Amino acid sequence: SYLISLSFQQRIEIHKLRQGDNLILGFSIGGGIDQDPTQNPFSEDKTDKGIYVTRVTQGGPAEVAGLQIGDKIMQVNGWDMTMVTHDQARKRLTKRNEEVVRLLVTRQSLQKAVQQSMLS
Amino acid sequence: MSATMDTESTYSGYSHYSGHSKKAHRQGRDRHKSPRSKDGSRSEKSVTIQTPPAEPLLGNDASRAEEGQDDNWGETTTAITGTSEHSISQEDIARISKDLEDSVGLDCKRYLGLTVAAVLGLLVFLTPIAFILLPQILWRDDLEPCGTVCEGLFISVAFKLLILLIGTWALFFRQPKADLPRVFVFRALLLVLIFLFVFSYWLFYGVRILDSKDTNYQGIVQYAVSLVDALLFIHYLAIVLLELRQLQPMFTVKVVRSTDGESRYYSLGHLSIQRAALVVLENYYRDFTVYNPALLTASKSRAAKHMAGLKVYNVDGPGNNASGQSRAMIAAAARRRDSSHNELYYEEADHERRVRKRRARLVVAVEEAFTHIKRLQAEEQQKAPGEMMDPREAAQAIFPSMARALQKYLRTTRQQQYHSMESILQHLSFCITNNMTPKAFLERYLNPGPTLQYDRERWFSKQWTLVSEEAVTSGLQDGVVFVLKCLDFSLVVNVKKIPFIKLSEEFIDPKSHKFVLRLQSETSV
Repeated sequence: SYLISLSFQQRIEIHKLRQGDNLILGFSIGGGIDQDPTQNPFSEDKTDKGIYVTRVTQGGPAEVAGLQIGDKIMQVNGWDMTMVTHDQARKRLTKRNEEVVRLLVTRQSLQKAVQQSMLS
Repeated sequence: MSATMDTESTYSGYSHYSGHSKKAHRQGRDRHKSPRSKDGSRSEKSVTIQTPPAEPLLGNDASRAEEGQDDNWGETTTAITGTSEHSISQEDIARISKDLEDSVGLDCKRYLGLTVAAVLGLLVFLTPIAFILLPQILWRDDLEPCGTVCEGLFISVAFKLLILLIGTWALFFRQPKADLPRVFVFRALLLVLIFLFVFSYWLFYGVRILDSKDTNYQGIVQYAVSLVDALLFIHYLAIVLLELRQLQPMFTVKVVRSTDGESRYYSLGHLSIQRAALVVLENYYRDFTVYNPALLTASKSRAAKHMAGLKVYNVDGPGNNASGQSRAMIAAAARRRDSSHNELYYEEADHERRVRKRRARLVVAVEEAFTHIKRLQAEEQQKAPGEMMDPREAAQAIFPSMARALQKYLRTTRQQQYHSMESILQHLSFCITNNMTPKAFLERYLNPGPTLQYDRERWFSKQWTLVSEEAVTSGLQDGVVFVLKCLDFSLVVNVKKIPFIKLSEEFIDPKSHKFVLRLQSETSV
C-alpha cells in the first residue's frame, strides 16, 4: 500500500474571542509575497508564497472551529489571501469591527491507497 | 688482448649495462690516481681521508638488491673484476659504428645546405654593388653626369646594405642546435624566392642595360636601390615566416614517457612536426626527471610472476589453438585469487618507511658535518695561516662523516649510478664556496632531477628517432600523434588544438549591488 496526498478545501468559521481590548483568533500565520517561501515547512511547493497556519493555540477559537496547523488560507471573508503581503494578511484577519471570520482553507491530508480500501 | 676480449663478450651477456659500466669503470680507474697523489702531499695535516676513493657502484649492482654487502666507497675497498683499460664490449662496437655512419651522413647534408645558402647570400649582397659599378667600369665615358642625386642614392644604398647585413647576421648566423631529418620548408622556399628574384633582376639588367649600354646612370642607380629595398622586404618576410608565425600558441602538446608514465604539457604555435619534436626534446632535458632503469625492475618482476604460475594442458587432442590457449590463461589468471596487490601495498609502504628513515639519518649527518666548517673572514685569514683550507680540501675533510649515510640513501632510492664520489666532492666544495646550507647541498640528492643535471654518460638518451605517420615537414594538426624514440625508451607526443574561446562582455554597474534580508515572520492573530 502507498500513501497519496489529497487536498481538501474547507470553510471554517471562527468566532473571535475578546481578551481585554483585543479580539483574538488563537492561531499564528506565516508566509506572504514579501517573505522567503523556501523556509515554509508546511508548503508542498517551495515557491508557494501563500499564507499558512503555523500554530494553533490549544482551546482557542481557531482550534474549536476546526482550523489545523499547516492549513493554507485562501480567502478571508471573501478577500483573497494568496497574493498578499504578510502585513496585509494580518490586517485582514484582525479587523476591529468584525467578530466572525469565514476562512476558506486548503488542507493536505495523506490517505491510504484507495486500492486497499476497495479490496477490504 | 684476445683473451680479455673473450671475457668481455661473455660478461656483456649478463648485464645490459655493460657498455656504461665499462666506461665508468675506466674513468674510475683514472680518478683513482689523482686523489691519491693529493693525499700524499697533504700528509702533514691532521685530517686525512681513511678510505680509498673508488668508482661508483658498477652496473652489476643494480640487479642485486641487497644492501650492506656491496663494495662501495663509504665502507670498504672495491673488488675490481678482471678487465683491462682497453677492452670494449660488443655493444660498444655497435654503438660506435652507428655513431660514425650517422654523423657522416648528416654532416654532408648539413654542410651542403649551409654552403648553398652562403653562396646565395654572398651573391645577393654583391649584386647591388655590381649593378652600380659595372657601368662605371664598362662605359664610363658615355654616362650622363649625375651629381647630388646619385651621391644621395649611393649613401642610401650603403646604409641599406649595412642594415641588411646586420639583419641577416642576427637572423641567420646562428649555430645550428640540431640535426633534423628533413629540410625546413620555409627556409627552402625563401632561398628559392631569393634566387628567382635576383635572377630576374640580373636578367633585366643584362638585357636592358648591359646590352644596350644605357647612359642614364641615375636610372641605373635607382634600379639598384629598388633591388636593395626589395631585399629588405624579403628579409622582413623571412622574419615573419621563420620567427614570428610560431610564437602565438595554437596547440597544446602532451608528452608522455613510455617507461614510467611521466607526462608534461607544452604550448606550441604553428610548427612543422620536426620542429615541434625539437622543442619537445629541448624541454625534455630540462623538465623530465632523469630516466632511471633501476626503478623499473620491480614492475617487471611482478609482471613475470603473474603469468608464470599457470600452465596450459591441452586435453582435447593435438589441435593447436593458440588464441584459445592464451584466452584461457587470461581468464584463469583473472579468476585466480592472487594476493600480489597485497604484496605491492606492503612492499611500497615498507620502502617508503625505509627511505624516510634513511633520509632523516642523512639530513642529520650532513647538518652535523657542515657545523665542522667555518668560513674565515679577511682579517682572520692573516691571523691563522696554519690551518687554512681551500674549498676542495674542506670538502674532503668533512666528507667521510656523511659519506656512509649518503651512500645508503642513494642505494635505497636507486640513484647510486648517477653520483660518483668525485661528483659529490665537487658539489660539496661548490656548496661550501657559495655558502649554501646543508639542505641546499642535499637538494640534488634527495630528489631525482632533470637529465641536464647529470653527467652525459648517464643520460641514456642521446640519439633520437622521430616516428610519425604523417610527413615530418607537415604542420601540427589536432590529433596528430608522433613518437620520439631513443634506445631505451620513447616519448609519445599527442597534439591537441587550443579551443576557440568565445569571450563575451557583461557590464555590472557598481551601484547595482543591492541586498535584502530573507524574512520568515510568524504573527499571531
